[in-house]
Amino acid sequence: MKIRDLLLFGTLLTAPAMLDAQQTTVPSSSASQAAPEDEGLTGSVTDESEWQDLGIAIPSFPTNASVPTAAEGGNTEALGRNVARVVYNDLRNNGLFKPVGPDQLPEVAFPQVTAPTFDAWRGRSAEMLVQGFVKANDDGRLTVGCYLYDVALGSELARQGYVVKPEEWRRAAHKCADMVYSRLSGESPFFDSKIAYIAETGPKDRRRKQLAIMDSDGANHRFITNGQATALTPRYSPDYSKIVYLSYLNGAPRIYVYNIGTGQQTLVTSSTNPTFAPRWSPDGKWILYSMAIAGNTDIYRVPATGGQSTRLTDSPGIDVGGSYSPDGSKIVFESDRSGSQQLYVMDADGSNQKRISFFGGRAATPEWSPRGDQIAFTHIGGNFRIAVTDPYGKGMRFLTDSWQDEAPTWSPNGRIVQFFRTERGSGKTGIWQVDLTGRNERKLNTPVDGSDPAWGPVLP
Amino acid sequence: MNRPILIAGLAAVTLSLGACASKPKQLPPEPGTTTTTQTTPPPSQPTGPVPGSQADFVASVISDTVNFDTDRYNIDASDQGILQSQASWLARYPAKRITIEGHCDERGTRDYNIALGERRANAAKNYLVSLGVDPSRITVVSYGKERPLALGSDEESWAKNRRAVTVTVS
Repeated sequence: MKIRDLLLFGTLLTAPAMLDAQQTTVPSSSASQAAPEDEGLTGSVTDESEWQDLGIAIPSFPTNASVPTAAEGGNTEALGRNVARVVYNDLRNNGLFKPVGPDQLPEVAFPQVTAPTFDAWRGRSAEMLVQGFVKANDDGRLTVGCYLYDVALGSELARQGYVVKPEEWRRAAHKCADMVYSRLSGESPFFDSKIAYIAETGPKDRRRKQLAIMDSDGANHRFITNGQATALTPRYSPDYSKIVYLSYLNGAPRIYVYNIGTGQQTLVTSSTNPTFAPRWSPDGKWILYSMAIAGNTDIYRVPATGGQSTRLTDSPGIDVGGSYSPDGSKIVFESDRSGSQQLYVMDADGSNQKRISFFGGRAATPEWSPRGDQIAFTHIGGNFRIAVTDPYGKGMRFLTDSWQDEAPTWSPNGRIVQFFRTERGSGKTGIWQVDLTGRNERKLNTPVDGSDPAWGPVLP
Repeated sequence: MNRPILIAGLAAVTLSLGACASKPKQLPPEPGTTTTTQTTPPPSQPTGPVPGSQADFVASVISDTVNFDTDRYNIDASDQGILQSQASWLARYPAKRITIEGHCDERGTRDYNIALGERRANAAKNYLVSLGVDPSRITVVSYGKERPLALGSDEESWAKNRRAVTVTVS
């Protein structure tokens, strides 16, 4: 094993011991190793146009021996094609790359995974090559190897291996896509993550609203609530063990903490006042929520394990929502104390409340980027548009332009904003996402209409 | 035709709430199904709504609904008249309790609309209390923008949806 491998896999040791998708060492390739500081391959992707033409070939991942597996495809050979398809779709859907997937490419023999035929790939004008393999282990689990090659240089840029249970095969593919994305863009990974949202069905005046979850690419979709009580505004806890959300169970809006493992749920406070707009602190120890008392709404904080609530705002206006800065020291929230909805920042204990939005129109539903440098929000000025500003209210710019786009949530790496779009008239909703340039916008595939998306962190 | 439509609309609201409001004894005619038989004078025995029922409430008050301007929650002069008629009915039936539902139009963000609906329902409640209705008889609930009455995406529909609706509870 070379030193680079040790460095690469050294980062694994900091991860929790109970890894679901365990990384493992994979054989090194015969291709020469490119130094990590190679110019042109890292760096910021602020100007995406340079990346649009970066051709990435992703052929099917061969197997050493095709054996039955419980993962999709039924055997490891078919699974290898499915893994490559997931990697291809991940990389295709963020607008940075122009990948070519396994269904448009020739098969690769197992030994070629670590010894690519670079000349053949140059002939296909592929600049980057992602190869990998799938192996069934004796214990029923799977090992998936993932290699990134620079075709022009004829060298290996990165490599990772993952050991997963058959039912979690997609996570290996997302981890592979994350490795490629991170190595080529210089950004943090985000594909191996999940989204909680509200699935909507039925006519406009009787919308059935169910809590649902799915992977970042829409796979592994699952309804959590049955829709008998209206569910709204979910948020995943940072460790994905719980979802906090609003439900009209028992007739009034109250915040519940739903435990995904046990299926149990508890009220966030014992108060009989309506509670809504729940948010987690980045460390998962606190829940911010809004509570109306005699018509006046303020923001409160309560330990996630229950206990005494602390009131953070006390203006006679509507103070609502709230989103922690990544270090947990500040909170951006929305208040109409000045006459219309605007953005305010305060210290986490409620002190030093200051308005930051002075760009005309109204500003609502602020969400602090996981990178800390931007705040996404809903700008209301005629239409509802997703916009971003820095934490001081400077450099405001629009990311979307539609009739009603609302409620942004950040990708774990702070590069993409997800939101929901409502169609004028019909009231039909859909979940959309847009990158920070505003140029790459797309709708997510959900089984039914969707709103109130909440993107969780990258899985360990 | 206004009154029957209003009652039909209310019945739907009551059902959707799952509240145990008593049903009107006699359902109003379907809109647009006027027949000649209806022109015969009503029989001599009383067939009006049961006194103290939701139907009686709706038949007795000016309206069960007060409307609001965009982002506002103040009770204006016409709202005062409506709420005074509701307070008079509540004075006649002191055992009756009510729920006031606060609603908003679709042109607001979700969380803010829940808070705004609370404000509107409480504004109506406070006015009723100022007229002598015991606050313990009044429950408020905000539905934000979740339960529109009018389905269009236009000023007329939004004006109808910015409302506080009083529903009697047995």
